[in-house]
Amino acid sequence: MTEQTHFVEIRHAQKSFGTLEVLKDISLNVERGQIVGIIGSSGSGKSTLLRAINDLDPLTGGEIWLDGVQVNKTLPHRQYEKHINEVRQHVGMVFQHFNLFPHMTARENVTMAPKMLKGLSQADADRLAEEQLDKVGMLERIDYYPSQLSGGQKQRVAIARALAMKPKLMLFDEATSALDPELVEEVNLVMKKLAEEHMTMIIVTHEMDFAASVCDRVLFMDKGVVVEEGPPSVLFKNPTQDRTREFLRKHIEGAS
Amino acid sequence: MDIELMLKVYPFFLEAAWVTILLSVLTAILGLICGTLGAAARLSRFAVLRFLGAAYVSVFRGTPALIQLFILYFGGPQIGIQLDAFEAGVIGLGINAGAYMTETIRGAIIAIDKGQREAARTLGLSSWQATYKVILPQAARLMVRPLGVNLNMLIKATALVAAIAVVELTYTAQRYIGSTYKPFEMFLLAGILYMIIIYVTGRGVAWLDRKVQIT
Ligand SMILES: Nc1ncnc2c1ncn2[C@@H]1O[C@H](COP(=O)(O)OP(=O)(O)OP(=O)(O)O)[C@@H](O)[C@H]1O
Ligand SMILES: [Mg+2]
Repeated sequence: MTEQTHFVEIRHAQKSFGTLEVLKDISLNVERGQIVGIIGSSGSGKSTLLRAINDLDPLTGGEIWLDGVQVNKTLPHRQYEKHINEVRQHVGMVFQHFNLFPHMTARENVTMAPKMLKGLSQADADRLAEEQLDKVGMLERIDYYPSQLSGGQKQRVAIARALAMKPKLMLFDEATSALDPELVEEVNLVMKKLAEEHMTMIIVTHEMDFAASVCDRVLFMDKGVVVEEGPPSVLFKNPTQDRTREFLRKHIEGAS
Repeated sequence: MDIELMLKVYPFFLEAAWVTILLSVLTAILGLICGTLGAAARLSRFAVLRFLGAAYVSVFRGTPALIQLFILYFGGPQIGIQLDAFEAGVIGLGINAGAYMTETIRGAIIAIDKGQREAARTLGLSSWQATYKVILPQAARLMVRPLGVNLNMLIKATALVAAIAVVELTYTAQRYIGSTYKPFEMFLLAGILYMIIIYVTGRGVAWLDRKVQIT
């Protein structure tokens, strides 16, 4: 085991569900402040890779390092749980289906974890909720329940919830693909704002335009491998691999 | 129909109804405890506990409650368990109800979308913190109605303890038949009182269900 030199370092990630090999020897480095997009067709393993980073889907082989700490290290169960809970506090995750807690208001969704894990007082928690919800443009709806919000609003609250833990890394798994087309932009704007603040982000997306506009680098995945990666200007305009060309052609045709 | 007789024995039946109610309350409490433990076992990450939970459910749902009561009350002394009839009734029915409640509670918990636990864990909550902060408050709302069904069944099942001579409603009815020779009136009276108990309980469950849904 060599020392880690990159902010996020994925080394030879391998993942199988039973006999199905979903990730095949994937290595990937992300530097602090970088924004990396992951594209690829359905079933190519994008979500699995993203979810491996905070150990929601533990790898069956390889290593994940974050800021000098190995995420998926081998420890006895109890110690591992303690370790992974600590790691996860630094990694925000945004899901396709928001996964807001329906029995809590926007404020409670945002403050629950900081109160519980960092012992924030109610006053500090309220300030935090206001600050984070303001950032995503949801301050007016602070005491609304998720059922009273639109999809785009829910996703913005979900982003605020993740940000409230002050993560060093944000993971987005198709944050806008469950949204009506007219609600996509408000969520993209929030993500762009984070990009301007140099938040380190890994973004799985089906939106090529969005990936091209915010990502420093884009990876194209197919059948569990990274087929090609590069800055969006290169990957989208001059892909070197047939499979990438094929995907982009289909995808851009399909979208228009 | 001898209404006059019914009115005359009514106070004694009322007294017996209180025994039925006490029996129901204690059984429900024990059932909830067993059901909670059973559900926790069935959802445990330890295979042994999952097996024990499943075995508990299949044994107690797979045999007549009356046989379970008889084994406990009549068979118990043979293996060193001495209980009076009321205790045996509460324990026997409670453990039996717990098997049904295990499935109710487990069902409500697994009905919660797994994204909820994932979202909580992603924030850094431990498995237990995710369970009690995120899963249980949502599962509790789903549990009220089906637990209400369990409660309804359990109240009716208390009639079984007449067979081990606990002086509750059914036993009281039988006893008065012995002296009055009026089974129709006596069972009707007991039935009416059961219905009142179950109606009131049902209203209570419905009220609770409405209360927890408001968010
Ligand atoms: N929990 C699981 N158990 C078994 N197989 C799984 C599981 N999760 C994912 N898979 C399989 O792994 C493969 C990759 O899935 P993954 O969700 O990572 O794809 P994806 O690239 O995110 O696709 P999409 O664009 O549809 O979200 C798929 O074949 C999927 O069926
Ligand atoms: Mg996916």
